[in-house]
Amino acid sequence: MIRVVLPAHLRTLAQVTGEVEIAVAGPVTQRAILDALEARYPMLQGTIRDHVTQQRRAFVRFFACQEDLSHESPDAPLPDAVVSGAEPFLVVGAIAGGK
Amino acid sequence: MSRVRVLVGTRKGAFILESDGKREKWDISGPHFAGWEMYHVKGSPVDPNRLYASQCSGWFGQLIQRSNDGGKTWEPVDNKFVYDGVPGTHKWYDGTPHPWEFKRVWHLEPSLTDPDTVYAGVEDAALFRTVDGGKSWQELPGMRGHGTGSGWQPGAGGLGLHTIILDPKEPKRIFIAISAAGAFRSDDGGATWKAINRGLRSEYIPDPDAEVGHCVHHMAMHPSRPGVLFMQKHWDVLRSENAGDLWKEVNGNLPDDTGKRGFGFVIDVHAHEPETIYVVPIKSDSQHFPHEGKLRVYRSKTGGNEWEPLTKGLPQTDCYVNVLRDAMAIDSLDSCGVYFGTTGGQVYASADGGDRWNPIVRDLPAVLSVEVQTLA
Repeated sequence: MIRVVLPAHLRTLAQVTGEVEIAVAGPVTQRAILDALEARYPMLQGTIRDHVTQQRRAFVRFFACQEDLSHESPDAPLPDAVVSGAEPFLVVGAIAGGK
Repeated sequence: MSRVRVLVGTRKGAFILESDGKREKWDISGPHFAGWEMYHVKGSPVDPNRLYASQCSGWFGQLIQRSNDGGKTWEPVDNKFVYDGVPGTHKWYDGTPHPWEFKRVWHLEPSLTDPDTVYAGVEDAALFRTVDGGKSWQELPGMRGHGTGSGWQPGAGGLGLHTIILDPKEPKRIFIAISAAGAFRSDDGGATWKAINRGLRSEYIPDPDAEVGHCVHHMAMHPSRPGVLFMQKHWDVLRSENAGDLWKEVNGNLPDDTGKRGFGFVIDVHAHEPETIYVVPIKSDSQHFPHEGKLRVYRSKTGGNEWEPLTKGLPQTDCYVNVLRDAMAIDSLDSCGVYFGTTGGQVYASADGGDRWNPIVRDLPAVLSVEVQTLA
């Protein structure tokens, strides 16, 4: 299972506490994780990436294994530690972005 | 005994304020959606327990929430606002072409006859509609596709479609307003639109009498006389006797602001007196707080031109808040209630048509919108 950590606002929206565990079929990539996440929690559609372009929202970042993966290809394989569940995939709301 | 429910959208959450018909003691619930910008919360006139809320943030974009129990519980519904076809461009602040980009929902207007039908005014300016209670949204592309659309420029707050008025007597008639394009009317349910800005004069644009380009801040109508419209423009308060075909300035004795009059954001109409209207004059262009540090609602009982300041219970020294365009509402109790919220987080209420005011709450986040429901 893939472990995903959501920012507090999205945990509230999805009505979850703590980490989310999701199954991902096939290669584990950012796109595959987000597809699986949105399928299980449809209310998250549009909050992490744009509905149409599927681009990451500007004030959302992706981290794993202490690396910023935000600018990696959404189809690039994620680290083995994320695939094995040893490390979570982090969806992070930027410190900037609010008013 | 009748009750009222005041729906307050703020910069950091929504609040619901309830009282009996005396409107003296208030129960306050919230924040709902704490930390999110709540641009607008409004109930269905057909089913008052059906509420819709526009929730957005700089991080996570737009959500729409729906309640079926008067705001006790909420469920997120569809948040996919996709422009019809290839969106094209409008003008940016500097006059260059700028792609149409969805940013947020400014205003939700539930249908007068169907609780599942709601209109949404969005930035960049367009009109969307759901007919299934928010499960899906479709653009009414004739609005954005009005022939002048490529020339629209944003106001300081963005290119927002912020006002939607549904005509209670002619079901296919809809009025909308956009900053800074102007006012438009559809007589065919939103399929086609006509610019209704004749009589507006805006010295800050190259052609002050242009068909579009006017920064209309808000409009209001009394349901018994849907052909009579009132408008709060960037400068000037105006009225139209013919559904917007022609407007006349009715600034009258509103406060002088370096030779100009009538700047403000809100405008609304008394529930039982169609010629009694309310505005809150604000200093402009950059200051955006009340004249002389005195928070005054101005009331005209003659449909404009003759105005009286209403001050009892409102701060008359050192007050530098703003009252934003969707932040005034009117209840329909026999003694008409008037409500408005400020960027300082106060919500003021008057249970006697504006003669005396009291704060319902004083310390909310900046208020973006106020609506009121009169409940049996």
